[in-house]
Amino acid sequence: MQNKKLTTLACAAAFAALSGAANAQISGDTVKVGVLTDLSGTYSDLAGAGAVLATQMAIDDFMAEAKPAFKVEMVSADHQNKADIASNKAREWFEREGVDVATELVTTSTALAVMKIAKEMNRVALMSGPASTPITNEQCNDVTVHYTYDTYALANGTARAVTKQGGDTWYFLTADYAFGQALERDSSAVVTANGGKVLGSVRHPFPASDFSSFLLQAQASGAKIIGLANAGADTTNAIKQAAEFGITPKQALAGLLMFISDVHSLGLKNTQGMYLTTGFYWDLNDDTRAWSKRFFEKQNRMPTMVQAGQYSSVLHYLRAVQAIGSDDSAKVMTQMKKTPINDFFAKDGQIREDGRMVHDMYLVQVKKPEESKYPWDYYHVRQVIPAAEAFQPLSESRCPLIKN
Amino acid sequence: MSHRGAASGAPVREFHMEIFGVPSALLGSQLLVGLINGSFYAILSLGLAIIFGLLNIINFAHGAQYMMGAFVAWIALTKFGINYWVSLLLAPIVVGALGVVIERTMLRRLYKLDHLYGLLLTFGLALIFEGIFRDQYGISGQSYEVPELLQGGVNLGFMFLPIYRAWIVVAALTVCFGTWFMIEKTKLGSYLRAGTENPQMVQALGINVPLLITFTYGYGVALAAFAGVLAAPVYQVNPLMGSNLIIVVFAVVVIGGMGSIMGSIVTGLGLGLIEGLTRVFYPEGSAVVVFIIMVIVLLVRPAGLFGKT
Repeated sequence: MQNKKLTTLACAAAFAALSGAANAQISGDTVKVGVLTDLSGTYSDLAGAGAVLATQMAIDDFMAEAKPAFKVEMVSADHQNKADIASNKAREWFEREGVDVATELVTTSTALAVMKIAKEMNRVALMSGPASTPITNEQCNDVTVHYTYDTYALANGTARAVTKQGGDTWYFLTADYAFGQALERDSSAVVTANGGKVLGSVRHPFPASDFSSFLLQAQASGAKIIGLANAGADTTNAIKQAAEFGITPKQALAGLLMFISDVHSLGLKNTQGMYLTTGFYWDLNDDTRAWSKRFFEKQNRMPTMVQAGQYSSVLHYLRAVQAIGSDDSAKVMTQMKKTPINDFFAKDGQIREDGRMVHDMYLVQVKKPEESKYPWDYYHVRQVIPAAEAFQPLSESRCPLIKN
Repeated sequence: MSHRGAASGAPVREFHMEIFGVPSALLGSQLLVGLINGSFYAILSLGLAIIFGLLNIINFAHGAQYMMGAFVAWIALTKFGINYWVSLLLAPIVVGALGVVIERTMLRRLYKLDHLYGLLLTFGLALIFEGIFRDQYGISGQSYEVPELLQGGVNLGFMFLPIYRAWIVVAALTVCFGTWFMIEKTKLGSYLRAGTENPQMVQALGINVPLLITFTYGYGVALAAFAGVLAAPVYQVNPLMGSNLIIVVFAVVVIGGMGSIMGSIVTGLGLGLIEGLTRVFYPEGSAVVVFIIMVIVLLVRPAGLFGKT
């Protein structure tokens, strides 16, 4: 009796597996891309509507180039930078709306929440916006790709360059949450490793608008460099007020996470001379300019690295689906990891086993107002940081998928 | 608390005195910065207090109106070349006029209802205003330069004080005490106070109370816009600048006592100072210290420090 039951079960399982294989191909003949981003809050300029637009451009370009047999649809939603909203939405998309891939996910807390659900539901998560390294370390999984940048790459680019150029004493102004702390930790390690010294730090509430108290503490430390381990409005306000209190140019600021949207908002007068690390700059070469101009025509702003990375990641995903003729997560992930990424965003980009997409990063310096010749002409590219050096090496990985 | 070790351990400044391990010079500068922030709290909570006093409306749109003040100044400068000093007058008038329209067309219908309705209406309006500006100008904000006359700073020995920050304190306190004087010492103020106590009686005496109410709301809103113009050169002008501040300001009003004019001014300044000190001794707690004080005050004196039970 027991045996018969077992046999039935085994047959059922085999049948299920077979039928699974039979319609492997594309579920519902439609690939559905979900853009889960900040459409209304602090990060809506650097990701937000621009990321939705970039996704649509990727889909349109893919349809034109590949003429696939399946349809591609896009849905988007505002996660309001809240992990609970993000996870509810992702679950609804995966369970009821047949979304194959959740993308963008600026704000680390939302990213960490959604990647767990993606794993549980066996769907793919492409992260362009979030910054923190745990995504490809402690929390890593095999359905997540961390695409554009991370705190390690930022610290490695900016903190190393600044320290080597003589900025060897640091004091950090840190946003008091997971991202700020990760950025401070990664940057401190880079400063120390390059012979610099960290004199201290002050943790400010997130978000804050008045930074004068914190800046005065940084000033009293006498550090040559004040590292801004924060983002968005916190960074722009801190930069503006540092100039007001006469802290700059006596002490220099290092913006550890700055986007071109921040520079645009503050103006070159307030930001000139600052170093920052970015995964993308619209004015790098003809390819980046061509794509960015298309983006500009619709959005009236130049793309941030998050938005450019969003385009590239979605296109890479769709090309992988096309190549294997299936939207099965594991197969698509294998294909994506196997194929180097070559487009205007990345040259020979590679998705590693831990989900980290490694590509060249750029150390740039903000131009002086008189050096800027046309709108959005903001950066001198000072150094191209090769992919192999830009990101955390696998030998230091804390990701369980990597056997060290 | 690495910051403290850093401040006292770094051998770069000759601090002669320390208080609880914090150099006295740093403490002095923090108190001054606290006073500057307190000036913003004072002027915003004052506006809320007079609106609540006469209209019984909890004006949740106050933060958005502060933001609009800053935006009007920015738009005036970038689109029309109107300078800071004119904006200081113009923005309160423009935003105040919008307040008058809101009072005439919407708030007026709610006076007989529970406080909650006014709160919900103004909260909704705040969301709409913020949404409109976000849609138009994005979230990263716009830069507004410090006016030429007030650029630079003075070295006080213990700190570098930007002249503009000193101006904020002077301007805010002048407006606060001017308002206090008007309400407490003039005839118009006596009508206002009487209207707060017993509107029917004042109306019976031949004073146009509805007009008085409209004027009061407009004035309260204008105060918020004035604070917005003051803030424009130091903070990024961005659509959410008010919503970040308004919650603290509400706590200030609650601590001072709803509707108390002098209470809101004194409490605003005092809490600015306390917050400044918290930023030195325990920076992580600086966002919550005002609310902890609010809880204590509510438990001990539910009507607020200056409120009448």
